[in-house]
Amino acid sequence: MTEPKLIARNVDVYYGEKKAIDNVSIDIDNGIVTAFIGPSGCGKSTFLRSLNRMNDTIAGAKVTGEILLDGEDIYAASMDPVALRARVGMVFQKPNPFPKSIYENIAYGPRIHGLAQGKAQMDEIVERALTKAGLWDEVKDRLSDAGTALSGGQQQRLCIARAIAVSPEVILMDEPCSALDPIATARIEELIDELKNSYAIVIVTHSMQQAARVSQRTAFFHLGNLVEYGETSQVFTTPREDRTKDYITGRYG
Amino acid sequence: MILTGILLAVVGLGLVGWFVGRGRARLLYDGRGSMHSMPTYHGWHLALWIVVPALVVWTAWSAIQPGLVEGALMADPVAATLPADAMHRSAILAEAHMLANDPGASVFNAQSQALAAPLRAIVTRFSLIGALLVAIVAFAGGAYGFTRIRARFEARTQVERAVMGVLLLASLIAILTTFGIVASLVFEAGLFFKDVSPIAFLTGTHWSPGNARGADIAENFGAVPLFWGTIYIGAIIAMLVAIPLGLMSAVYLTQYASRSMRKWLKPILEILAGIPTVVYGYFAALTVAPLVRDFAASIGMQNPSTESALAAGLVMGVMIIPFVSSMADDALAAVPRAMSDGSLALGATRSETIKKVLLPAALPGIVAGVMLAISRAIGETMIVVMAAGAAANLSANPFASMTTVTFQIVQLLTGDQEFNSPKTLSAFALGLILFIVTLVLNIIALRVVKRFREAYE
Repeated sequence: MTEPKLIARNVDVYYGEKKAIDNVSIDIDNGIVTAFIGPSGCGKSTFLRSLNRMNDTIAGAKVTGEILLDGEDIYAASMDPVALRARVGMVFQKPNPFPKSIYENIAYGPRIHGLAQGKAQMDEIVERALTKAGLWDEVKDRLSDAGTALSGGQQQRLCIARAIAVSPEVILMDEPCSALDPIATARIEELIDELKNSYAIVIVTHSMQQAARVSQRTAFFHLGNLVEYGETSQVFTTPREDRTKDYITGRYG
Repeated sequence: MILTGILLAVVGLGLVGWFVGRGRARLLYDGRGSMHSMPTYHGWHLALWIVVPALVVWTAWSAIQPGLVEGALMADPVAATLPADAMHRSAILAEAHMLANDPGASVFNAQSQALAAPLRAIVTRFSLIGALLVAIVAFAGGAYGFTRIRARFEARTQVERAVMGVLLLASLIAILTTFGIVASLVFEAGLFFKDVSPIAFLTGTHWSPGNARGADIAENFGAVPLFWGTIYIGAIIAMLVAIPLGLMSAVYLTQYASRSMRKWLKPILEILAGIPTVVYGYFAALTVAPLVRDFAASIGMQNPSTESALAAGLVMGVMIIPFVSSMADDALAAVPRAMSDGSLALGATRSETIKKVLLPAALPGIVAGVMLAISRAIGETMIVVMAAGAAANLSANPFASMTTVTFQIVQLLTGDQEFNSPKTLSAFALGLILFIVTLVLNIIALRVVKRFREAYE
């Protein structure tokens, strides 16, 4: 058994006075998809955002406890949040391509981090990222078109490609399919399945079917607590906690 | 007097009508759903029927009465003694009107005394006729309105329509005024362009309207130095100050400032926009201009003038900062948070995110803000009057005294002026050009803003 990629220990997250996450401890492994499920407002997105310190950008947000990436405390003073986010990428609920061309959307990250020397290398990075995101064939002839001109599903794959382009180790996805139709959703789910071999993927989802389809591990959050965490098949078939059972059987939430 | 009285009476009658209408409607009420409209609406409906037709008649009568009075007076035997000279005649008539209103008034022409008594009688007669007409219409309207009070009568709908009419009238007044202003500008400018060809005006480089006499007047109305001064001060120097400072303060306020900091800084910045321009003007003339002059002297300029394009432009730039910053602020705030989140999540720093994602996304809004700021700056008058000078120089030297379109308009129209000389009329031509330029800038800016809004909504 290898060392977990991310380890969270006794994490609390506050928004001002309000406690949004209460004492969560979880291990996230490489090479698999981990799903966070739970009713709206349960804190799953908040917890996800604390894994790459995106909560830093919200005024009044505070994180206590310990989150280790490869054994390194990401909230330590020596950890640069900018460098951290290059290692822990993120895909958002609504596709948010920049108002630039498709090419520039992908090249944005590598350029900031100086990953490419020269145009040829950048072209290669862009092609590789788009290929991995399964978008290359659809857009290779119109790389200079605006990223915002793509369909919703394509935009979301563009955002995934954009995250891949900076070669992260972990990809966090915050309800990546909630704004997409079922066909685009299926496409993204396939993609997630392919990507899990190269990255540790954490996905927040409202859809329990989606969690069951794409993830190997599932964590159920409720009211800021991590209620249950285990193999996806176990959580969905033989939940240990009553609250989990009530939720996945649609009793509430 | 009589007409003013009847006006008050009509309003009073309207008030009575309101109560009567409401009271009458209340008698019809017998439980929920028995009436189409609430009694108050019947009150309003009746009051409107009393007041509106009466007001229309009153206005019409006020407009035609002077003509009727004049006609009747001329028919009077006393009028036959009036001199034929039109100017003299109207002077006497004016005095007679004064005497008719106030018998103690001191007058110059003795003849007006003789006219006063018959005039007063005529005015009284016509006023009484008018008052009677108004009263008849008010009562007739009231009677009609009263007969319509029924349970099923849709008074509410009618009143709503009347409210819409009032609102439409209010908006029409503003629009009609604008048309009136444009029409008068175009008319006077047209008179000017009869004397001076538009081409000479728009391309000539010599401006000295004071010397314009005789056949070669067109040579003294070359407005290019004024346009240049306006652009140099308002669109170049002022923008060099306002764009960077306004933009940077907007970026600070939207992206970096804590909420409490923003709460304090934004209103303070907006105070800048509330300072009267005349205050900026003397700040420019008394504080900034001497500093600019001393600076010019220290870098070796011979006899630098106290009035300079630079002093006026700098202060104008400061004045414009709030415009630029508040438009840029709105534009930046309109960029969805997802945009900056996306960039930050890729490991971009805050300033990289602002520079590469936020500013480009907000650019159309910022450009629109800058255009509005320019149109404001080139129309600005007080600062240039006080600090830029009167000399129509065509120069790129910022320390030189320069003049602008607005300054020249002020100069051409203050003091005693004959309103038919090209010198005075040229002010309208300048005003027209300025109006067209600012109008075009505003239209472009509003279009850009609109397209930008659509992109994110």
